[in-house]
Amino acid sequence: MSCFDIKNLNLYYGDFQALKGINMNILKNNITAFIGPSGCGKSTLIKSLNRMNDLIENCRITGKVELFGESIYGDMDVNLLRKRVGMVFQKPNPFPMSVYDNIAFGPRTHGIKSKPQLNEIVERSLQDAAIWGELKDRLGKSALGLSGGQQQRLCVARALAVEPEVLLLDEPTSALDPISTGKIEELLLTLKNRYSIIIVTHNMQQATRISDYTAFFLLGEVIEFGPTENLFSMPVDKRTENYITGRFG
Amino acid sequence: MNIKKMKPTELIMHVLTWGAAILTICALIYLIGFILLKGLPYLKPSLFSLTYNSDNVSLMPALISTVFMTFLSLLIAAPLGIGAAIYLAEYVRREGRFVTFVRMMSETLAGIPSIVYGLFGMLFFVNALRWGYSLIAGAFTLSIMILPLLMRSTEEALKSVPDVWREGSFGLGAGKLRTVFKVVLPAASPGILAGIILAVGRVVGETAALIFTSGTVAQVPSSALKSARTLSVHMYVLSGEGLHMGEGYATAVVLLVVVVAINALSASLAKKIGAGDK
Repeated sequence: MSCFDIKNLNLYYGDFQALKGINMNILKNNITAFIGPSGCGKSTLIKSLNRMNDLIENCRITGKVELFGESIYGDMDVNLLRKRVGMVFQKPNPFPMSVYDNIAFGPRTHGIKSKPQLNEIVERSLQDAAIWGELKDRLGKSALGLSGGQQQRLCVARALAVEPEVLLLDEPTSALDPISTGKIEELLLTLKNRYSIIIVTHNMQQATRISDYTAFFLLGEVIEFGPTENLFSMPVDKRTENYITGRFG
Repeated sequence: MNIKKMKPTELIMHVLTWGAAILTICALIYLIGFILLKGLPYLKPSLFSLTYNSDNVSLMPALISTVFMTFLSLLIAAPLGIGAAIYLAEYVRREGRFVTFVRMMSETLAGIPSIVYGLFGMLFFVNALRWGYSLIAGAFTLSIMILPLLMRSTEEALKSVPDVWREGSFGLGAGKLRTVFKVVLPAASPGILAGIILAVGRVVGETAALIFTSGTVAQVPSSALKSARTLSVHMYVLSGEGLHMGEGYATAVVLLVVVVAINALSASLAKKIGAGDK
């Protein structure tokens, strides 16, 4: 079953066309990786899946994106969409609040007020993000005092706290050291049973390590999209082959 | 740094900048020393009695009026200034035409000499609105004066909040209102507070705009519609009369202490609020 069905999606920043006729079917409970050189549109595409592009001026979109059959650019409430499609950003961005308040921010946004319920969500989210053990004694401490890797896993926990169906990650490990990167990758593998995960990455090894499907982008187009194994072992397109063998990008 | 190894031009710049720094410090030390020397001997308990008469020339009523004046001006100006800044920084397109226009207006307001505010306050609040010389007329006049300052500092504080926090909040499905009030404003609060403290400094130090609007009655005002003098005005009147110069300097000492106390308070408050950030 597909979670995202993208049909003929075009995206313009002013006069510049950043995405050209994207057609993709992203499957549920899989990890899908978007790879490609800088400026190829992979981040732009992931941001149009939870409409973060709405925040950018002069951004115009044509085509269709469906989340489990519902069009997200139609009548869907954008805040509800972002609750269903969580996002983790390139740079860890915990709010300047305590660990607890960071996690509770999302649930509180969506109307959960009862203290016991929030406690339970905080513990469950941190456990799901495999960081409960490290943080359970410092829930009241500022999240900005954590290390970069911890901050990023906290951001994953924060995204999980609103019980999304899909998790988008925009180069989540590019600012992290190898050990923290490893922890995030392990975490994603444990999460894919319950969530559909889409990850933008600059790191091709990362894509091969964790993803089930990979899409290769170039200049706003999807050049090749298929099972990760096939794409890396026998790419169909010459440009894909050039990229994965390190001839450009 | 080894002075002997410096090039001549470097050495000259070094000496010049060092001299400028020393001169600034000297000016401050001289000023404070002068005021303390002249004022401290006159700092007697009678100067702090609750009612003023020409015998004790008490500064207590002026001190109390200063607190009232500060509080009232902020009560009027802070919601307006902070509100306008939130609108400019968060709701309209940054660098749009409207923002440029409002910013130009507020910068013009900031550049107007305070005596002009005083005249305007007298013509409008005192005469046209028939409030007479009063605490409230003074407070309204001052609030117009500090409005641009509050707006500007709040806007800067809001702009310095990283966009990634806004994105994070939107990404969790929070709307604009919740993002602004729960994420952006708390993060900007040390900067906003700094602006408020600056504004308090201007209110406490203002005389020209107040002489024409809140008058110079030296008693504790019984209502907001009564005339009252702040510490600075009190000092101005005393030195104008020329009969109680010593007490005037003593008032300056108290004013100095008030300003230092406000600064210390703001520094510690900013530290406390900012502690969540580090």
